[in-house]
Amino acid sequence: MYNLIGAGLIVIGGGIGLGQIGGKAMEGIARQPEAAGKIQTAMIIIGALLEGLAFGALLLGK
Amino acid sequence: MSSFQGFSISEEEKDNHSKEIGGQVDTKEEINDYIAHHLKDAHDFHLFSYTSDSGERKHVGFSLPVIIWSSKGLVSFMSSEFHHDDAGHTIVEKNGLKFTKIHSKIYELDANATAVSFDDEHHATNAHKVLDFSITKSVFGILIAGLLMFLGFFSLAKGYKKGAIPTGIGRVLEPLVIYVRDEIARPNIGEKKYKKFMPYLLTVFFFIWILNLIGLTPLGFNVTGQIAITVCLALFTLVIYMTNGSKDFWAHTLWMPGVPYILRPVLAFLELVGFILIKPFSLLVRLFANITAGHSVVMGIAALMILLKAQFGTAGATGISFFLTLFLMVIEVLVAFLQAFIFTMLSALFIGMAVEEHDHAHDH
Amino acid sequence: MDIFNDFSIGLFAMQAFILIVLIFLLGKFAWKPILNAIEGREEGIKDALEAAENAKKEMQNLQADNDRLLKEARAEREAMLKEAREIKDKMISDSKEQAQLEGDKIIKQAQAAIEGEKKAALADIKNQVGSLSVEIAEKVIKEQLSDKDKQLKLVEGLLGDIKLN
Repeated sequence: MYNLIGAGLIVIGGGIGLGQIGGKAMEGIARQPEAAGKIQTAMIIIGALLEGLAFGALLLGK
Repeated sequence: MSSFQGFSISEEEKDNHSKEIGGQVDTKEEINDYIAHHLKDAHDFHLFSYTSDSGERKHVGFSLPVIIWSSKGLVSFMSSEFHHDDAGHTIVEKNGLKFTKIHSKIYELDANATAVSFDDEHHATNAHKVLDFSITKSVFGILIAGLLMFLGFFSLAKGYKKGAIPTGIGRVLEPLVIYVRDEIARPNIGEKKYKKFMPYLLTVFFFIWILNLIGLTPLGFNVTGQIAITVCLALFTLVIYMTNGSKDFWAHTLWMPGVPYILRPVLAFLELVGFILIKPFSLLVRLFANITAGHSVVMGIAALMILLKAQFGTAGATGISFFLTLFLMVIEVLVAFLQAFIFTMLSALFIGMAVEEHDHAHDH
Repeated sequence: MDIFNDFSIGLFAMQAFILIVLIFLLGKFAWKPILNAIEGREEGIKDALEAAENAKKEMQNLQADNDRLLKEARAEREAMLKEAREIKDKMISDSKEQAQLEGDKIIKQAQAAIEGEKKAALADIKNQVGSLSVEIAEKVIKEQLSDKDKQLKLVEGLLGDIKLN
């Protein structure tokens, strides 16, 4: 039961983080469409790092 | 609990161990068992099972060789000798040793034991695991992926002898190779040093991608969802960036210039933990968890076909699960590429951090 | 950490072995030739592009040269034409003048000659008329004076004329 709550918290945290990354990246792309490629790559890398964090936490909580 | 079956077998599932592989799957527990079994490695190649008209259970697939390092050296036999048993009931005797298979792991029984006995937590008490070098389903999958890579890229390499522009399958593969070089290796490692790491990055990229895609076929491979595989891949990256670290990298890692002397050991410790533990760990966990989660979700949604039969009827349940699974599969195809890309990308990034040389003066 | 119970050392070893073999074999027989070929091709494309760029520049230079030459030639032609026109005009005006003078001269000479001829002709005619008149008068007088009556009549006629006058 507790690990489900923990998983929920992780998902909330990760979701907020991913939302921030995605949103800011979109803003960046809207501001400078010519830099879209670079922003996307950076966005994916940071998203992946966040994902690793979240998955690591999920596994530790398991 | 059942929602977590993707990561391991929960306690209830362990109680349910007496099921034979490929038995009829009807209840929620059986579905969980089935998915948990799929996520693990297997010693035989099992496509599907059905009950024949005469009421006999038929299994379609073939067995794979078991090669183990036991207390008396190498032993090998075909996995068909376990007769699809996965709970330690069937005991195979070879070279005077007794072997059994429990949850896809091969155990060697103690000399005087005749049957496996389990303690309360379902750990075998009179048997121990052996080193298992079998051609398991995952090894078989790796071999298939390796073969595909050989066929594809040897033909591409050969094609260049005839002309500068590839033909056939090479037309598809060449842009991918260029993509890895120009989007992953070059920007992250740097123009000067990327060439040395191209073989590793290309091999890993295509290896992960092909295995992810094979995992999505109904053949039932789950290679990149094996923790041993992802640990191995991450260790390769770790070894490569540790052995190729530049002088600057080690100087900055172990004795950060421009920081008070007291802080330098602390920083060195943090940097080393980051490079040796956290970075490889995030690499291996990400790939493993993504693929495992993807497989268990797809299989769980596909199992709605069975679970919703009572409420929606056979056709309704099948339709619902078909469209949901289709939707998930499309995402999974994307994830298959994305995970291969991310793994290679982060490997390149870490290698790039290690080989980077600062051409500015060390006054910071 | 339940997942690490699933960790199979055997699978890890197999994977490590196969991956090393894969990296080595693919590196030697696939990646190296592929990357070399791609790089060679890119180099070729780059060289070709550069050559094309150079050729274009050369072409532009040539074009510029041509344009310059053309302009010069045009200017020269223009100048020559202008000069020619001037020369022509001058020549025309010169020759006109000369012709005028010449013509005038010729006309004057002609007039002088005509005048001379006229005078000569008139003198000749006068002489001839004079001799003819004398001859005629001789003949007439010879004839008339051969007959008395007629002589009288003449005298009378002459007298009558005088009266009329």
